[in-house]
Amino acid sequence: MSGTEREHASSFGVFAAVFFRDLTIYFRYRGSWINPLFFILMAITLFALGIGADSKAVLAYSPSIIWVIALLAVLLSLDSLFKSDFDDGSLEQLLLSSQSLYLAVLAKTLAHWFVTGLPIVIATPLLSLMLGISVDIAPQMGLGLLLGTGILSFIGAIGASLTVSLGSGGLLLSLLSMPLYVPAIIFGSQYIQDAINGWPLMPSLSMLIGLFLAAMVLSPLAIIGGLRLSVEA
Amino acid sequence: MTIDTINSQIRSVTGLELCNISCEKAYRRLFSGLSVSLSAGQCLRILGSNGSGKTSLLKIIAGLSRDFEGVIHWQGDERSQAFINKSELLYLGHLTGVKASLTPVENLSWWVSLCLPTYHLQHKDICNALSQLGLGCELNTPCHLLSAGQQRRVALARLILSQQKVWILDEPFTAIDPLGISQVEHYIKQHQSDGGMAIITSHQIIHHVELLHLDLADYQQGAK
Repeated sequence: MSGTEREHASSFGVFAAVFFRDLTIYFRYRGSWINPLFFILMAITLFALGIGADSKAVLAYSPSIIWVIALLAVLLSLDSLFKSDFDDGSLEQLLLSSQSLYLAVLAKTLAHWFVTGLPIVIATPLLSLMLGISVDIAPQMGLGLLLGTGILSFIGAIGASLTVSLGSGGLLLSLLSMPLYVPAIIFGSQYIQDAINGWPLMPSLSMLIGLFLAAMVLSPLAIIGGLRLSVEA
Repeated sequence: MTIDTINSQIRSVTGLELCNISCEKAYRRLFSGLSVSLSAGQCLRILGSNGSGKTSLLKIIAGLSRDFEGVIHWQGDERSQAFINKSELLYLGHLTGVKASLTPVENLSWWVSLCLPTYHLQHKDICNALSQLGLGCELNTPCHLLSAGQQRRVALARLILSQQKVWILDEPFTAIDPLGISQVEHYIKQHQSDGGMAIITSHQIIHHVELLHLDLADYQQGAK
């Protein structure tokens, strides 16, 4: 193996190591991925019951309901994204790694998305049924939520990295992330609205994809900075 | 002057040098004017009472904290600030970085792929290191079921696998029994004879290892 090849192999190694370690931890604490799912199912049930049988109203509000609830579910779980690593010193080891910190942080955030976003996406058909949306557009909704929860995880992780050293950074985390979430919410609910009405999907979908890619590529840089600051304290 | 003569005037630093380091935390000056140098095969023990800034100093040396004044040199010319290369540094903080929900083997293999990815350490090397520290029967037990001393031993197993040149150990003997302590002292001694450097804080007396001492009390405000 040549030098650069070995370098590539080991950067992939660090990505895989961090990703699978985090997944292992998440699966040992089942609450970390079951809680967001339960939260979203419960909240949507309550909304559906609260709005009542007026299916027109439910249909009109359902995109924003789904999005707001997905956002809150992700936000609730974000608080713990770096918390346990900060508390037990793993974060220091991560920052002192000789390997690419960018990939390590990317892997951590992707693992978080895997356990919070993906269950929500898988539950989409159920969610659409509860809100009276036709199951036919569940695939489109699932795609929108897949991209959307990804954006929420990546942007929220910036806030999580900045607040991890504070004892209770929950509120500050929400305050920091909310303004950054606005574009995702606007285009995300527009996308679901378009899907429900059978309008062309490309405009809002391409915005979502663009936001997702930008968040995935750029947010690790900010997260690294945030984590450095938090460890220094 | 030719470039050669300029270069010959620039003294090159062979090990680690701290020059005139000062650190302030929470509006309190912890230490100031601290200078010390360390070359291959030397081991530095940092002394100081609780709250005197031992951990802060270690974090500064490790490059985790940039909140200080002064200059750090690491192997090179003395013109610019240079921290220890991450690939040459093993840092064991007073938070050990052992994840409670993972087993000792999982913990160590994660660390190996972060810090020693190019050495191709095998699963059996990791098990071997853990067995040497008396964790042979707990290889696959989640760490939250282990005692505090055993968890600390999981972290200390990194010393056995280590290929790094500089060890920074913050209170490595916490919760370790006397037998374990002498074992760790043995690893430090071996590291030292291999030409490595170590910086240790400990309230315990460290036997069998040749030490330099640095007392933070000498660098506190008002100290002479």
